[in-house]
Amino acid sequence: MAASPVLPKLVGQRVKRREDPRLIQGLGTYVDDIKLVGMQHAAFKRSDLAHARILSVDVSEAESMPGVEAVFTGAQIAEFVAPMPIGTPFPSPDHHAVAVGTVRYVGEPVAVVVATDRYVARDAADTIVIDYELLPAVVDPEQAMTGQPAQIHADFENNLAVALVPSGTGVSADLQTVDDTAVDKAFADADVVVSQRMYNQRLAPTAMEPRGVVAQYEPGKDTMTIWSSTQNPHILRSFIAALNGMGQDQVRAIAPEVGGGFGAKINIYGEEYVVAALSKRLGIPLKWAEDRSEAFLATTHGRDIIGYLDLAATSDGKVLGMKLQLIADIGAYNMLLTAAIPTLTMMMANATYDIPAIRTTLTEVFTNKTPTDAYRGAGRPEATYFVERGMDMLARELGMDPGELRRKNFIQPDQFPYATQMGAVYDSGDYEKALDLGLKNAGWDELKQQRDAARAEGRLVGLGLAMYVEVCGLGPSSSLPTGGWEHSQVTIERDGRISATTGASPHGQGNETTFGQMLADQFGVPLEHVTIHHGDTGVVKQGIGTFGSRSQAVGGTAIHLAGGKVKEKMAKFAAALIEAHEDDLVFENGRISVKGVPDSGKTFAEVAGYAYVPVPLPEGLTPGLSEEAFFEPANNTYPFGCHISLLEIDRDTGEPTLLKLVAIDDAGNLINPLIVEGQIHGGLAQGIGQAMIEEVRFSEDGQPLTASFMDYAIPRAADFPRFELDNTVTPTPVNPLGAKGVGEAGTLGSTPCIVSAAVDALSEFGVKHIDMMLRPEKLWRIIHGGQS
Amino acid sequence: MIPSVFEYERATSIDDALAKLAATGGAGKLIAGGHSLVPLMKLRLNEPTTIIDIARIPGLAGVREDDGLIEVGAGTVHHDVATSAVLRDQCPVVSDTAATIGDPQVRNRGTLGGSLAHADPAADYPAMLLAVDAQIQLQGPAGTRAVAAQDFFQDLFTVDLGADEIITAVRFAPVRAAAYAKLYQRASRFAIVGVAAALEMADGVISSARIGLTGALSSAVRLPHVEDALVGQAPTAETASNAAKGAGTSLSDVNGDLHASEEYRRAMVSVFTKRAIEGALARV
Repeated sequence: MAASPVLPKLVGQRVKRREDPRLIQGLGTYVDDIKLVGMQHAAFKRSDLAHARILSVDVSEAESMPGVEAVFTGAQIAEFVAPMPIGTPFPSPDHHAVAVGTVRYVGEPVAVVVATDRYVARDAADTIVIDYELLPAVVDPEQAMTGQPAQIHADFENNLAVALVPSGTGVSADLQTVDDTAVDKAFADADVVVSQRMYNQRLAPTAMEPRGVVAQYEPGKDTMTIWSSTQNPHILRSFIAALNGMGQDQVRAIAPEVGGGFGAKINIYGEEYVVAALSKRLGIPLKWAEDRSEAFLATTHGRDIIGYLDLAATSDGKVLGMKLQLIADIGAYNMLLTAAIPTLTMMMANATYDIPAIRTTLTEVFTNKTPTDAYRGAGRPEATYFVERGMDMLARELGMDPGELRRKNFIQPDQFPYATQMGAVYDSGDYEKALDLGLKNAGWDELKQQRDAARAEGRLVGLGLAMYVEVCGLGPSSSLPTGGWEHSQVTIERDGRISATTGASPHGQGNETTFGQMLADQFGVPLEHVTIHHGDTGVVKQGIGTFGSRSQAVGGTAIHLAGGKVKEKMAKFAAALIEAHEDDLVFENGRISVKGVPDSGKTFAEVAGYAYVPVPLPEGLTPGLSEEAFFEPANNTYPFGCHISLLEIDRDTGEPTLLKLVAIDDAGNLINPLIVEGQIHGGLAQGIGQAMIEEVRFSEDGQPLTASFMDYAIPRAADFPRFELDNTVTPTPVNPLGAKGVGEAGTLGSTPCIVSAAVDALSEFGVKHIDMMLRPEKLWRIIHGGQS
Repeated sequence: MIPSVFEYERATSIDDALAKLAATGGAGKLIAGGHSLVPLMKLRLNEPTTIIDIARIPGLAGVREDDGLIEVGAGTVHHDVATSAVLRDQCPVVSDTAATIGDPQVRNRGTLGGSLAHADPAADYPAMLLAVDAQIQLQGPAGTRAVAAQDFFQDLFTVDLGADEIITAVRFAPVRAAAYAKLYQRASRFAIVGVAAALEMADGVISSARIGLTGALSSAVRLPHVEDALVGQAPTAETASNAAKGAGTSLSDVNGDLHASEEYRRAMVSVFTKRAIEGALARV
């Protein structure tokens, strides 16, 4: 008998993504690639005003156009589509999928056309005439809080979506009592206090694939299939079923290839509800594919939060207390998770530091802008930015090295699990180790010398450093209204191949590869023999989805547990076939055999075949090899790291150039370091984009000024230096894999370390803080004092 | 991003293109790379009834030498301008300018003629063509004509080009001592300010200078006050600095927008004028 090839262990190896060959060859199937017999197309007529009363909507010309099946105004849609539900426990105004009575941001749908093709639908939508009464708009959240000049929702006085939520030291769990004694004492005892208003600007998530949805209601079966570019098909299914008066058993949701989400495809959108409801009402398959112009207006934006920070410390750099007052501009409506995102900023205000007293407050404000929701990092980059910029200002105030100031305040390794002032329990960490590796890899002292030498030549060069800790692996069900678990079913097919499902719905995270690596190792079979099924509620029984850097830590663990169950059963079949004891068996190199005696066993496929035709059936066993598992972690995970940057500013033009970026990230145990690096690269790109070139802007009357890639900049590969990545490994005790999650990490450390580098570069001009983005003109004005 | 309905025709020669264009009665548009026209059509800011594809007309693309002059066909894509051995050798400012346009995808499709016909006030080519004193070659029902770059760029998206005419090429005498310097708008990669400088030397001093500016005003212009300050001067850094100082100060109606205020643009005109002159001096 020929010896079996020796299969290498794959977990921990740099395995190339199995997804990429099809994606880069154009062989993926995205929503807009789906074509069904009889399918029609929807187009939305959208508001071009930021705030107006709808006096009339004339659809007569659209209705008369050849190829137009139907036209619906918001009021007509509202007759059969209820206001959209949200996923947070905060009070929320009615939000109709298509506006009824009033429009509140540019891009809000006002009517919808159904036609035989996309072009006819768009032509018809263009003919719809809307008579508006213009209302005053408000785009500045602090102005909106005065209730002037616009009152956006009737029952939300002064445009307050969330009036004021306190958190931190001395705040009771029910938020009813607030004791300021400890915070006041910290500030009274302080030698130095730094205070700064900072703005974390509004961003457009800009996934390469815009949104899209196809719905097919089958009247004969009373079932609905909905394809959508979503991060969470199971959540989509629940909401679509509920709003269409159907059971979850009657709705199948499919997320085919999803070309990026970045948090903006968690939300269930009005277009999804409307397309599903119209497919049911009209009895036809219906498609809507968002175009890029719509995506800039109608896909949720991210961030847009003001932070007033006060940091109290002793003269030798021990932080005694912190106050952080947050004002979040959430735009015109509450979306699925909108109201919860800034609460994550509060939750992570403790950062990596052992701060004795913290008071945060949060106010959320409606404005006449596109609604916000999750965007990569979702609340945590904001916290990191505010606190780390504060630490940098404190270091500068005290004349301390920014690394040494942080070292003095770290939560220590022996303090974990560490209960923060903000109510989080950090699972594990060794922040000093990450700092030390960052300083070593960056060559911190040499960089300082380089910087000083460059300055001596008249160049404006600065160094920035930031630590971060984020909350990932969301999370126990107590922290997520959707449930905080993940599900998997692992099946050994009759031919010995492996099918596994995951409720995590990857859209760029590479889980077909990482989960495949895990199962290949678990069963000792080639990676090519494992298929990971995802993104289809008809195939994947249960799931939550992919967001909050949870797919590996939570979804990966469910796969691991389901695999373990089926392996146990398979070992029993193998034991019967080989006539050995199951505890003596090993699964390796495509065989199941007695440990140390490879020739003793059977091939994996032989044992699988036996399990499905079990003659004789071993006592106590049922046929088949398919097991499932739910996994709910007891806690979130808290990855962390240290980012360092070197940046130069052109004295004549104010243009900043990033010269160096060193990132140390600790995501616990890594399944595939290559994919982890890819995730960090993507996160860094978006973090650097925020720091340097990305910003959504509106005019005072609410007109979007950056609604295309001609005006909204996103970074290009050539804008970056070669990222210098490294990692420390501090496994989490929260799951058996020890994996923490890494998808958002790059967005956290990058923004403060780059802004701090810019402040350092311009220190000769006495500047203390610069709001993002680092617009060249802004920097030029600092350099030239506003003089040309 | 969904254009309204239009017809597509492909022209086989310039005469064929002109005939097809005339047949549309003013409602048609020529298309080559489509990098100016297609975005406008997708936004329905321009709704031609017919687009006439001139990209495959033989001879419309390419860089030719002709009796001491260089002629670049209007159908030449930016990438080919950027990498032309003839241009790199004899008039590198033309290649340098093309290399700053957009990104590789844009440079592989967008054409010289398309950019000139569209005349975006922040396009790169116009500043350079002013500096090399190019002639724009046009053909129409009445025959051919040539327009000096200085007369061609008239206003915002407005050039001396009849609705029934086609740009066939640009011609210029090569000038080595020329350079283009540009402040990028980071989203579009157009010029917030772009300045091209072309210098000629005689007897150890600058005998002739042409400075073209784009991005700052409603169309590309020459900067005679800077040119005058250069002529007769020694080719030194100090000359560049003195001539560029205040280059933007005397301009009226300078653009201000989200990306750069009027004040900042004005200041950048001086900065990039200096850089362009320095670049040209480095090639003297």
